[in-house]
Amino acid sequence: MATYLEFIQQNEERDGVRFSWNVWPSSRLEATRMVVPLACLLTPLKERPDLPPVQYEPVLCSRPTCKAILNPLCQVDYRAKLWACNFCFQRNQFPPAYAGISEVNQPAELMPQFSTIEYVVQRGAPSPLIFLYVVDTCLEEDDLQALKESLQMSLSLLPPDALVGLITFGRMVQVHELSCEGISKSYVFRGTKDLTAKQIQDMLGLTKPAMPVQPVRPAQPQERPSVSSRFLQPIHKIDMNLTDLLGELQRDPWPVPQGKRPLRSTGVALSIAVGLLEGTFPNTGARIMLFTGGPPTQGPGMVVGDELKVPIRSWHDIEKDNARFMKKATKHYEMLANRTAANGHCIDIYACALDQTGLLEMKCCPNLTGGYMVMGDSFNTSLFKQTFQRIFSKDFNGNFRMAFGATLEVKTSRELKVAGAIGPCVSLNVKGPCVSENELGVGGTSQWKICGLDPTNTLGIYFEVVNQHNAPIPQGGRGAIQFVTHYQHSSTQRRIRVTTVARNWADVQSQLKHIEAAFDQEAAAVLMARLGVFRAESEEGPDVLRWLDRQLIRLCQKFGQYNKEDPVSFRLSDSFSLYPQFMFHLRRSPFLQVFNNSPDESSYYRHHFARQDLTQSLIMIQPILYSYSFHGPPEPVLLDSSSILADRILLMDTFFQIVIYLGETIAQWRKAGYQDMPEYENFKHLLQAPLDDAQEILQARFPMPRYIHTEHGGSQARFLLSKVNPSQTHNNLYAWGQETGAPILTDDVSLQVFMDHLKKLAVSSAC
Amino acid sequence: MNVNQSAPPVPPFGQPQPVYPGYHQSSYGGQPASTAAPTPYGAYNGPVPGYQQTPPPGVSRAPASSGAPPTSTAQGPCGQTAYGQFGQGDVQNGPSSGVQMQRLPGSQPFASAPLAPVVSQPAVLQPYGPPPTSAQVTAQLAGMQISGAVAPAPPTSGLGYGPPTSLASASGSFPNSGLYGSYPQGQAPPLGQGHPGAQLPPRSVPPQASSFTPSVSGGPRMPSMTGPLLPGQSFGGPPVSQPNHVSSPPPQALPPGTQMTGPPGPPPPMHSAQQPGYQLQQNGSFGPARGPQSNYGSPYPGAATFGSQPGPPQPLPPKRLDPDAIPSPIQVIEDDRNNRGSEPFVTGLRGQVPPLVTTNFLVKDQGNASPRYIRCTSYNIPCTSDMAKQAQVPLAAVIKPLARLPPEEASPYVVDHGESGPLRCNRCKAYMCPFMQFVEGGRRFQCCFCSCINDVPPQYFQHLDHTGKRVDAYDRPELSLGSYEFLATVDYCKNNKFPVPPAFIFMIDVSYNAVRSGLVRLLCEELKSLLDFLPREGGAEESAIRVGFVTYNKVLHFYNVKSSLAQPQMMVVSDVGDMFVPLLDGFLVNVNESRAVITSLLDQIPEMFADTRETETVFAPVIQAGMEALKAAECAGKLFLFHTSLPIAEAPGKLKNRDDRKLINTDKEKTLFQPQSGAYQTLAKECVAQGCCVDLFLFPNQYVDVATLSVVPQLTGGSVYKYACFQVENDQERFLSDLRRDVQKVVGFDAVMRVRTSTGIRAVDFFGAFYMSNTTDVELAGLDGDKTVTVEFKHDDRLNEENGALLQCALLYTSCAGQRRLRIHNLALNCCTQLADLYRNCETDTLINYMAKFAYRGVLSSPVKTVRDTLITQCAQILACYRKNCASPSSAGQLILPECMKLLPVYLNCVLKSEVLQPGAEVTTDDRAYVRQLVTSMDVAETNVFFYPRLLPLTKSPIENTTEPPAVRASEERLSNGDIYLLENGLNLFLWVGASVQQGVVQSLFGVSSFSQITSGLSVLPVLDNLLSKKVRGLIDSLRAQRSRYMKLIVVKQEDKLEMLFKHFLVEDKSLSGGASYVDFLCHMHKEIRQLLS
Repeated sequence: MATYLEFIQQNEERDGVRFSWNVWPSSRLEATRMVVPLACLLTPLKERPDLPPVQYEPVLCSRPTCKAILNPLCQVDYRAKLWACNFCFQRNQFPPAYAGISEVNQPAELMPQFSTIEYVVQRGAPSPLIFLYVVDTCLEEDDLQALKESLQMSLSLLPPDALVGLITFGRMVQVHELSCEGISKSYVFRGTKDLTAKQIQDMLGLTKPAMPVQPVRPAQPQERPSVSSRFLQPIHKIDMNLTDLLGELQRDPWPVPQGKRPLRSTGVALSIAVGLLEGTFPNTGARIMLFTGGPPTQGPGMVVGDELKVPIRSWHDIEKDNARFMKKATKHYEMLANRTAANGHCIDIYACALDQTGLLEMKCCPNLTGGYMVMGDSFNTSLFKQTFQRIFSKDFNGNFRMAFGATLEVKTSRELKVAGAIGPCVSLNVKGPCVSENELGVGGTSQWKICGLDPTNTLGIYFEVVNQHNAPIPQGGRGAIQFVTHYQHSSTQRRIRVTTVARNWADVQSQLKHIEAAFDQEAAAVLMARLGVFRAESEEGPDVLRWLDRQLIRLCQKFGQYNKEDPVSFRLSDSFSLYPQFMFHLRRSPFLQVFNNSPDESSYYRHHFARQDLTQSLIMIQPILYSYSFHGPPEPVLLDSSSILADRILLMDTFFQIVIYLGETIAQWRKAGYQDMPEYENFKHLLQAPLDDAQEILQARFPMPRYIHTEHGGSQARFLLSKVNPSQTHNNLYAWGQETGAPILTDDVSLQVFMDHLKKLAVSSAC
Repeated sequence: MNVNQSAPPVPPFGQPQPVYPGYHQSSYGGQPASTAAPTPYGAYNGPVPGYQQTPPPGVSRAPASSGAPPTSTAQGPCGQTAYGQFGQGDVQNGPSSGVQMQRLPGSQPFASAPLAPVVSQPAVLQPYGPPPTSAQVTAQLAGMQISGAVAPAPPTSGLGYGPPTSLASASGSFPNSGLYGSYPQGQAPPLGQGHPGAQLPPRSVPPQASSFTPSVSGGPRMPSMTGPLLPGQSFGGPPVSQPNHVSSPPPQALPPGTQMTGPPGPPPPMHSAQQPGYQLQQNGSFGPARGPQSNYGSPYPGAATFGSQPGPPQPLPPKRLDPDAIPSPIQVIEDDRNNRGSEPFVTGLRGQVPPLVTTNFLVKDQGNASPRYIRCTSYNIPCTSDMAKQAQVPLAAVIKPLARLPPEEASPYVVDHGESGPLRCNRCKAYMCPFMQFVEGGRRFQCCFCSCINDVPPQYFQHLDHTGKRVDAYDRPELSLGSYEFLATVDYCKNNKFPVPPAFIFMIDVSYNAVRSGLVRLLCEELKSLLDFLPREGGAEESAIRVGFVTYNKVLHFYNVKSSLAQPQMMVVSDVGDMFVPLLDGFLVNVNESRAVITSLLDQIPEMFADTRETETVFAPVIQAGMEALKAAECAGKLFLFHTSLPIAEAPGKLKNRDDRKLINTDKEKTLFQPQSGAYQTLAKECVAQGCCVDLFLFPNQYVDVATLSVVPQLTGGSVYKYACFQVENDQERFLSDLRRDVQKVVGFDAVMRVRTSTGIRAVDFFGAFYMSNTTDVELAGLDGDKTVTVEFKHDDRLNEENGALLQCALLYTSCAGQRRLRIHNLALNCCTQLADLYRNCETDTLINYMAKFAYRGVLSSPVKTVRDTLITQCAQILACYRKNCASPSSAGQLILPECMKLLPVYLNCVLKSEVLQPGAEVTTDDRAYVRQLVTSMDVAETNVFFYPRLLPLTKSPIENTTEPPAVRASEERLSNGDIYLLENGLNLFLWVGASVQQGVVQSLFGVSSFSQITSGLSVLPVLDNLLSKKVRGLIDSLRAQRSRYMKLIVVKQEDKLEMLFKHFLVEDKSLSGGASYVDFLCHMHKEIRQLLS
C-alpha cells in the first residue's frame, strides 16, 4: 500500500493529477459497479519550478480527429523517423526539425519524466494583461476609503504595461476615461437599463476605434495608445492619473432616504464592463474585478428592492419560492458570465458587507469564468486587504500566479470516454470521439474554457470506461489520458501544457485486490463531494444527501468485509477506511447543508470547494484540529467534541476559518494574567504557539480565512462547536465521562451513530 | 364719424376742424377723384391760399418729382436729388408738403381723397384682373415717354394695386385712347367730365372738408372706366407707378431726371403721368403732383398738355392717390407724442385710451393697471355680443404681466397677508382689488366680477367712510392700485412646499460647427464674467440662482463643478435615447462658491473640443436632460441652449431636412410651420410641469428647422435667438449683447396666469409663448419682462354700461430668489351701446398686435392665402361697419376711416406683407418660422415697429440737434439721395447712405473720403471724433437700448446689392415679393368695403 501512496503522491507532484482509481477496471459494467466513478482531480497549472517550458511547439498527431500531442507513451521508430499516436495509433512522420532524433537524442517530450511538459507558442501577438476595476461607491465612508487605498496599492503591483480600466457604480454607472488631462471624464449610464454589447460600445464611442483593434497586430510590445481604448490604458502611463482619480472617488452622491437601501446598479455595471472588454479586447486575458458592498438594488440583476423593510432572500424564501428577483437576476448574470467566458475574460467578485450581497445570483460570474469570489464583512478588514493583495502575488519567476483564457482539452484512449468536468469552467461544446454520452458535471464536450486559472485551481474530471465486458483489455495494457491546456501566461506568452498519464487496466474478477489497493480515498472523497455539490446546486439538498448515502452504502457493500446481517463483522480495508468519515463530515458541511448559512455563504463555500486542490478540499470537508497543551508538542486530534478539553488550546482550520479556542482552564489562566508573569513564561509560549501556526496558514491561504480567537464559553466558539463530531451531546452527556470533552447542544447524529447505522445498512441484504 | 372722433384729438392740426366736416362728406361724397385730389390740397392750403401759391412750387416740384420717378426706377435718391435741384424746396417740400399732407390725413381720411379716386374706380379692382395686362401696360408705357424704362416694371407690379391708382389719374388720358379705344372714349368723356365736375365742386368745397372729396371724384369716372380702362390707363399710371417702385427702370429714370430739371414747366405733366406712382409716393413728387392735380383747374390744362404730349387726344392727367394725403403713421405718432407725451397718464378713470406705444409717457397708477401691463384693442366694449359681432372688432387685451417699468415708476407693491394668504372671492376666486364693493359697514364685500357677497375676515375688517369706501383704502395697495403683488402662501406652491431658488443650466453645442465658428470659445469666455450678473431680487447681495453646465454633440457631457473639487469632472451620457441626469450633487452650484472650478471648466471646454470632428448633434435629449436635472433638484429654472445644426444624430427628436420651397403658396405650406413630430410637444409639456423654461440660441449655417426646434421654447415661455451663419467677428456683439440681456433679465418661473373678467365676457383665446392644459390657465414655465400674452374675449352675456367690464389678470410665479408670489393687474373698461363709442376708443396698434398673432397662428392650420384673405375681410368688415353705422352719410365712393383706426389699412398691409404671410425669394423657411414665433410673444410696441419700421433721416436736422429726428414714412419716395437714413424694426437696423451724400458727411461718419469707399454691409461705424459721428452712434445706441434684442447694424449704400434687403422694409412701397403698396392696398380695402356695403 505504501507503494501506492507513494505512487499517488509522486504522480500528483509530477502531473498534478489524482485519480480515484489508480488501476482501472477494464469494462464498463465493472466500472459502474465500483460505485466511485473513474475520475481525476487535475490541477492544470500546478506549479512546477523544475519544469522549464520548452521554446517550441508541440508535435501533433496528423489525424484530424485526434491531434494528440507527441508524448512519452508514444511508440517511436527512430530510424524511420516515425511515431505512433498512442490514442488513435496513427503513424506520424516527425517534422523536419526532428531529423536529428535518436534513442540517445530524444526531445524532451519523449522522456518519461516529461509526462507533463509546457510549450511556449511563439506565434501571435502577446497581449497585455487587462484589469478592469468595477467599484461600488454605495459604501460607508471608511469602507470606501479602505477600498480606495487597496485599489491604489494594487496599481503598484501590476506590471507596467498592463492595461487598467475603472468603472464605478452606484445609482449610475460611470466608465472613466483615463487618458485625459485636466478634467476627469467619465461616461455615465443609467443603472436601470440593460444595454446590449453593441449599444454599450456605441455609447462609449468604441465602434469606430475598435475596428483597427480587431486585427491583432503582430508583436509590438509597445502598447500604442491609439490602439488601446480610452478606457483601458497602460498603467505606466496613467498611474498618477488613476491614483488621483481613485483618491477623488466620492460616495454615491444620490441621497438615500430613510428606510431605503442605496440604489446599486451592479447588474448594469457588470454588463458594461463585459461589453467594454468584449468590444475592445476579445480573446485576450482580462480580469473584471467587481468590488461591491451590498446587493444590487435596481436594474437588471437586482437582487432585492430598495425598501429596507423587505429583507434580502434567505434559503427559507427560496424554498418557498418567495425570492422575487432571484431567477431573473440569476439569468442576467448567467448571460453575462457566458458572454464573458466566450470572450476569454474572467470576473472576480469581492463582496464585503455584513449582509448578503447577492452572491447567490452572481456566483456564476466567477464560477463560469474562473474568477475569484471573496466574501468579507468590510473592505476595511485585513481579510479583504490581504486577500486582495495576494491576488497579485508572484511566483518564483516574478510572474503573476494567474493565467487567462485557458482551454483544457482531454484526450483518452479508446476504452475511455470523458463524461464531464466540475470546476471553474464552461463547456466549449466540442464533440469528439472521446466524449461520453453520460454526463457527470459539465459534460458533452472534450474541451472546456477556463478563463481565469491559477496554480491551485483544480478540476474534477470524470470518465467512463466504455470497454465492453466481453472484450477485455489485454493484460498489461494501459489506458492513457492526455490533458492539453492552452493558456495565456501572465507574462503574456501563449503556452500549452500537456500532461499525459496512463494507468493499468485490471480485470475486476481476478484483480479486485489490485483495484482496491489502488483506490485513492482522498481523491475519491473530493470527487464524490464535487459531484454532490454540483448536484446540490441544481437539486434539493435532501436528495443529494440520500444519493451520497446510497453511494456510500453501495461502496461499503462492494468493498467491505462482513458477514451478512452482522454489522459487528463489518470491516473496511485501509484504502477505504477514512472514506466514510469524509462522507460523514461532508454531509455536515456547508456545501451540502444550508442550515445556518445564508444563500450567499453557501454560494461562496461551494465556489471555493469547486476549485481548490485536493488538500484544501479535504480540509473543507473535514476541518483539521490541532491541540496544544503542556503535555507535549502540538498534535492533531480528532475532530470530535471529546477533543475540547479545559487545559488545551485548540486550533481548527476549516479553510474558511481559523479558530483558536482556549479551553476553560487556559482561558481562566489567561484572564488571571499568568502569561505576563515571568515565572509563567511557558504559559505565554503556549498561548503564542497556536497564534504562530495560525499565522503560517493565514500567510499561505487564498482567500484569507476568517481568523477567530475565542475561548471556552465565547460566542465565537460556535464555529468550533458546529464542526466537531458531536460525540457528546445533551442527549448522551451522562453516558460519558464528565471530564472528557464538551457537550454539544445538537440533535445531529454523531460519527459513531452514523457508522453504526452505515454498518447495519451495508451488511443488510435488503439493499 | 371719424371727423368727430378725430377731431377732438386732432385739433392740433389746425385747419382740420373745418376740414373734417368738409371732408368726410365732401371727400367721399362725391368728388370726382381727380378733383378731389386737388381739393384736398385746396383744403389744406385751403386754410391757405398758400396752396395755390404752392402750386408754383408744387409745379416745380412736380417736375422734380416726376423727374425723379421717371428716373424712377426706384431710385429714390436720384429723384430726390433731382428734387433738390429742382426745388430747393424739395426736401423741404417733401417735408413741408408732407406735413401738410399729413395733417390732412390726420384730420381727414387723408387719403380718402386719393383713395377715393382710386377706389371709387372699380377700375382699381379691375386692375387686378388686368394685371396680366401688364403687357399692355408696358406697351402703353412704351407709348409713353417712359416707355422703355417702364416696361420692366409692369410685370413686377403685377398686382392690380399699382395700376389702378395710376390709372385713376391717368386713365383717361393716354392709354385708353390708344389701346382701349372704345372704352376710353366712352369712359374718357365721363372721366373728363367727372373730373372737371368733380374738381370744380370740390374746390368750392375746399374750405370745408373738401380735400378728400377729390378722391371720390375718381369713383365716378372709374365706373365708366371699369376694367379695361384701368389697364389702359395704366399706361400712364400703373406702369409708372409700378416701375418706379419695383423695378429699376433706373437708367431711364435718370434721363427723366434730366428732364426733370427742365420740366418745371411743361415736362411736369409728362412726368406726372409717368410718375403717378412715384409722385404719389414720393414726398417731393407729391408736391408737384398735387400741384397739378390740386390745381385741377390748372392741372387740367396740364392734363391737356399731357394729353397733348402723349399724343393721345384725351388728356386726362392720370390721377393718383396722393400718398401724402393718405393716413400717415408718422403723423399719427408725432401727433400723439405731442399731445399726450407731456402729461402723465393717470389710470383712475375707467375706459381711458392710453397714449400710443410710441409715445413716451409716465403712468400714475390710480386703480387700473398701467398700459405697460395691459393694453386693449378697445377700451369701450359693446354691451352685447350682437354689437360685437357686427363691429367685428376683436376684443383683446395684450398683457405683459412682468413688464419692465421706467425708473420713474415704482414697481408693484408686495402685499403680505401672512398665513391667511390673499383675500379672494369665494365663488370666482378673484383677488381683492379696488373694484370690490364693501357693504354692510365693511363686514362684507361684493365681488365685482361675479357679484357674490363674501364675508370680510375679522383681521381684514375696516370701517367704511361716508362714500362707502374703506377708511384704509389708500393704505392698502390692493384697494387702491391697479397692479400689486401678494406673497403667496404654501397653498400656492407645488407639492405644498415652498420652492427652492431656481437654476440656470447652460447647454452648449460643441460639435464641429460650433467650435469652428468660434462660438464655443466666445461663449465660455463670456460666461465667466456673465455669471456675476445673474438676476437677483431686490437688494440681494448675490443671486440665489444656481448654475449648471452641459456640453453636447451627439452625446451629452455633464459637469460636476462642486466647490470642493480641484478640477471639474465631466460625465458623458451617451444614452441619448433614454436621457437621465448622471449626477445631482455638484451639478447645480452657487457661482461664488464654485467660482474656481467653474472658471477652470470654462477655460477647458474650448480646449477639450478644439479638435472635435463630431458634426452630428442631438436636441430633444438635451432639453430632456436639463429638465431632468431640474426635476432631480426639485426646482424650476431655465435652460440656455446654444445650438448649431439640425439634430440628425440617432436620438429621440431626430429631424429630417424637410425644407421645401416648392410648398410655398400651396395648401401644404402650413407644414413648414408645423413641428415635424409630436415629440417636442410632449417634451415641452414635461418641461412646463417642471417649470423648466428653455431659451434657445441658434447658430445655423443651413436649415435647422426652427419650426420644430422652437416648439419647446415657445411652449415654455422661452425665447429663440437666431444668428444665421454666425461668425465671431461679425456677430459677436449682437450675440453677446442678447445673451447678456437674456441672462440678466428678471424672470418669473413656474408661472400660472389666469384672466378673470366680469360676468358678460370671458377670455376665450390666448396667444403667446406658453402652454395651456385647460382652457383657462396659461402655464408658463418661465416668464420674463419681454413676454406678452394676448388674450381674446368673447361675450357670453350682456354687459351694462353702468358697471363696465373688469379684467383681472393674476399671475402666480416664483421669483428669481425663489419666492412664490401673485401679481395682480386690474383694468376697468367701459361698455357701450353705440358702435361709435367702440370705434372711438379703439387702439389700432393693439388691434394689429392681435391680428398679427391671430394670423401667425392661422398659418399653422390654414393655407397662407386663406389667412391673408381672412385678415383683409375682417379689416374690411370692421371698416364697413363703421362706415355703415357711424359715419355720416356720404357717397359710396368715399373711403371713410374711423379716426382711431385710420392706420389700420397701412398696418394691416404691413402684416400681410410680412415674410410669414408673403415670403420673398430670399426669405428662408427658418426665417419665417423664426419670425412667426417671435411675433407670437411681442408686445404692442414691438409689433408696431416690427411691422412698420422706423425710418429716421440723420442728416436733415442740424447736427447740433441731439433729439431723435422725426421719422419719415417707410417709402422709397421719402429717401433723398443726399441723405443718410437709419431704419429699424426692432430686429434689424440699416444705415442707408444716399449716393449723393456730401463728401464731408461721408468723411465724418465713415472716415473715408467718398461714397464709393464706404464698405457695403459694414456693421460697425468707426469711432470718429466729430459731432455727426457721435450723434449717429449715439442714436444707434439709444435705438438698441429701446429694443429687447440687439439690432445688428448694416450699412447699405444706395444702388448696392444690399439695397434689395433694405427695400424690403420700406413697407409703404410695393414689395418685391408681391406685397401691395400702401396706396394700392388702401384702394383694395376701399373696394372691399364698398362691396360689403353694397
